[in-house]
Amino acid sequence: MTILSVTGLTKRFGATDVLRGIDLDVARGERIAILGASGSGKSTLLRCLNFMERPGGGTIALDGEVLGREGRTAERIYRESELIQVRQRVGMVFQQFNLFPHMTAIGNVMEGLRTVRGMAKHEAEARARKELARVGLADKADTYPAHLSGGQKQRVAIARALAMDPEMLLFDEPTSALDPELVGEVLAVILALAEEGRTMLLVTHELGFAYHVATRIIFLADGAIHEQGTPDEVLKNPKKERTRAFLASHKQFSF
Amino acid sequence: MRWDFASIFENTDALLVGAAGTLRIFAICLVLGLSLGLVIGLGRYARTRWLYIPATMFVEVFRNTPVLVQILWFYFALPILLPFEMSPLAAASLGISLNSAAFSAEIYRGGIQSIETGQWDGARALGMRWGQAMRRIILPQALKRMLPALTNRAIEIFKMSTLASAVAYVELLQQGKLIASLNYNPIEAYTAVAVIFFVFLWPLVQFSYFLERRLRRDE
Ligand SMILES: Nc1ncnc2c1ncn2[C@@H]1O[C@H](COP(=O)(O)OP(=O)(O)OP(=O)(O)O)[C@@H](O)[C@H]1O
Ligand SMILES: [Mg+2]
Repeated sequence: MTILSVTGLTKRFGATDVLRGIDLDVARGERIAILGASGSGKSTLLRCLNFMERPGGGTIALDGEVLGREGRTAERIYRESELIQVRQRVGMVFQQFNLFPHMTAIGNVMEGLRTVRGMAKHEAEARARKELARVGLADKADTYPAHLSGGQKQRVAIARALAMDPEMLLFDEPTSALDPELVGEVLAVILALAEEGRTMLLVTHELGFAYHVATRIIFLADGAIHEQGTPDEVLKNPKKERTRAFLASHKQFSF
Repeated sequence: MRWDFASIFENTDALLVGAAGTLRIFAICLVLGLSLGLVIGLGRYARTRWLYIPATMFVEVFRNTPVLVQILWFYFALPILLPFEMSPLAAASLGISLNSAAFSAEIYRGGIQSIETGQWDGARALGMRWGQAMRRIILPQALKRMLPALTNRAIEIFKMSTLASAVAYVELLQQGKLIASLNYNPIEAYTAVAVIFFVFLWPLVQFSYFLERRLRRDE
């Protein structure tokens, strides 16, 4: 069953066309790894999917319901309340974590529940503890982000996203800002979520991880899907020259 | 010459009345100035022209005219244009508050802009509205950074309260002048006024240091 359906998605910043017509259907339970060179539009694509960036053209449908309404230009018109609903249903994890530094780990996880959902404090706290335990940080509940390692921060950020019960998760290079020895603990958490059958889109440079965890690989080049298929198809037997060149440039690539 | 502080102690009552007047106008201007400043600072930060343009005009007008002139203008000129009387307190409070609002607006705007866009991203990705993100995520962090600048504003406001004596509002300096002219003791009278100001302001500054330390406990 299709959860997210994107057609003809475009986005331009000033004079640069960053996305040039992306078509993408995401089925429930699918795990899609998005690869591509720097500047190919990976982050922009993810950010359009939860409307952190307004799409320039094309449509995005969630559970078969096309969002926004047609305006006079190619850009559709979205109501803020509609986008707020979408963002609760599509969680996002950032490369730089973006934890709230003035709140403890549990405060970060409770924040969406309290402020957005209006959940009672004790209820939100119980839920937040559960999520922190899930990412292995039950003992860090009262620690401020400044006293957490990069890997711990990213796990709190994942717990924060999970607390909102998203139907789908977007990860934008979740391990790129981490010291190499901390990458594993974050990947382990993501792997556990994959095993639960969660729907996720993951931008990553960890090709080995993408191979193991993804059900589909998308190679993005110049704001368009250049090649896609199963991990075996794209990573082991790429058909396109640019895909091959990209994979060759990632020396650490190993299965 | 001989210092004659006895004449000051004889006028303790007058100084107390003055101190009460100073505290009253300080409290009014602190609350009005800093809260109006926040509203105008948010206007300066807004992307909508209809908020940005008036907020900017306000800041430029009140930042670039002397407070003393504003107070005199509100006291003597405004009642000619509008059909109501201005008390000395109202005129002085207006002048000082609006001037402080203009300066603190720039502090708020700078503080809000200094927060990384990633904080907005983190808040919006959870489904927060603009106002929720501002109130829960951006402002608490910005206020912490702005605290030293806002403390300076508060100190400025306290000292600006002496300008109210220009429209004969009863505050410390006004009472000091009165004592000096009645007892021919300007040295003692103005020294006493200065000392009283110091006694009020010094703890205020200490309190702000304490607040800054408290707010730093998340680091
Ligand atoms: N807010 C913005 N304003 C202007 N240009 C932008 C903005 N965001 C992205 N771009 C531009 O869009 C292009 C694609 O950026 P994007 O961040 O999507 O690439 P990416 O594939 O995620 O790259 P990286 O691997 O470096 O993260 C880049 O040329 C970038 O400079
Ligand atoms: Mg990116």
